[in-house]
Amino acid sequence: MTLLHSFGAAVPSRAVTNEELSPLVGRTPEWILNVSGIQERRWAGEETSVVDLAAEAARDCLNRAGLAARELGMILLSCSSGHRQFPGPAVQLAQRLELTATPAIDIPLASAGALFGMSLAADLAPTRGPILVVAAEIMSRIAMRAPQDSAVSVLFGDGAGACLIHPDQGIARIRGSLLGSDGSFADDLKLEFGSGISMNGRSVILQATRKLPRVISDLLARLNLKAGDVGTFLMHQANQNLIDKVADTLGVDRSLFFSNIRRYGNTSSASMLIAASEWAADARLRSGELICFAAFGAGFNWGALLAEAP
Amino acid sequence: MDRRATLIDIIRKVSKKNVSLQADESLFDSGLLDSFALPDMVSGIEEAFGVKIPDADLHPRKFDSIERIESYLESLKQA
Repeated sequence: MTLLHSFGAAVPSRAVTNEELSPLVGRTPEWILNVSGIQERRWAGEETSVVDLAAEAARDCLNRAGLAARELGMILLSCSSGHRQFPGPAVQLAQRLELTATPAIDIPLASAGALFGMSLAADLAPTRGPILVVAAEIMSRIAMRAPQDSAVSVLFGDGAGACLIHPDQGIARIRGSLLGSDGSFADDLKLEFGSGISMNGRSVILQATRKLPRVISDLLARLNLKAGDVGTFLMHQANQNLIDKVADTLGVDRSLFFSNIRRYGNTSSASMLIAASEWAADARLRSGELICFAAFGAGFNWGALLAEAP
Repeated sequence: MDRRATLIDIIRKVSKKNVSLQADESLFDSGLLDSFALPDMVSGIEEAFGVKIPDADLHPRKFDSIERIESYLESLKQA
């Protein structure tokens, strides 16, 4: 029985408000808030790397878990904004945690990376032992890079989140997960070498508004459950309008979807675990309470994972 | 109601704008449909015409004008 054990997060101290961003992107603060639900995001300083953020989130998670890094069986690091092609940042994260033989694997999937990592960790933890899933992104440098698309650049922020998946201890038992990938739409959301983010927003929203409610419903149906049974939804914080749309399609109250996008923006794969970390800090789980994670992103890749408080 | 009138009705509902539309007018460039109104329009089309549009066909350009939507619906009939 694999369980969600603990969460952690790290965000840069510098908050960039819509008012500050407005002259840089040629959009009004009100426009940014209206299209995204974002009021401010965090930007990392030039001296900060994704590994710095990943290590801070990882330590936060391990401290909350009361687990030493040497007890980890594996590290999975979701990151699509690293500074070089290879090696990826996972091995550097392991090195920061003073691990020299623990397998550390990169998951460069962008927004759905943390969800895929959690799903893989749930399957691997029984044989590997505790697995630390970390997602770290510095999206601001990419989003503000030329050629800049203001409708895209206003969305992104920087940060990292972490989740410890444990084989036999934790706050919620992982009941199952569903993952999907479709490369037919690979060109609709992409980051080419040395370029800015290219996004066909209409295609992304059109696919996400279909696939997210469907994968959640399909996962729940497999477990003889329905959306109304879920106590909390923790979704990739892509856009508040998308989160609301998914809630409406599932026919559940929007308030069941935890959201902190107003303060952090879209931190790509890090967002869901940053949200989970904030949610977990105040959560008072009832026995049997269901928590549903879901994400959609470039690829397209998407999925959902369900956990239940013991 | 014929097909075109039904489509205009759907577009007016999801855009919340009671406008007159040319068949070849871009629903996106005209500002009638934003990213979040587009999925509503597609759902409206599915419901009104009793069709199921597969995800693989959900390319925004297929739904950018009344003419294009009509053309797509024709292709569904022939499939």
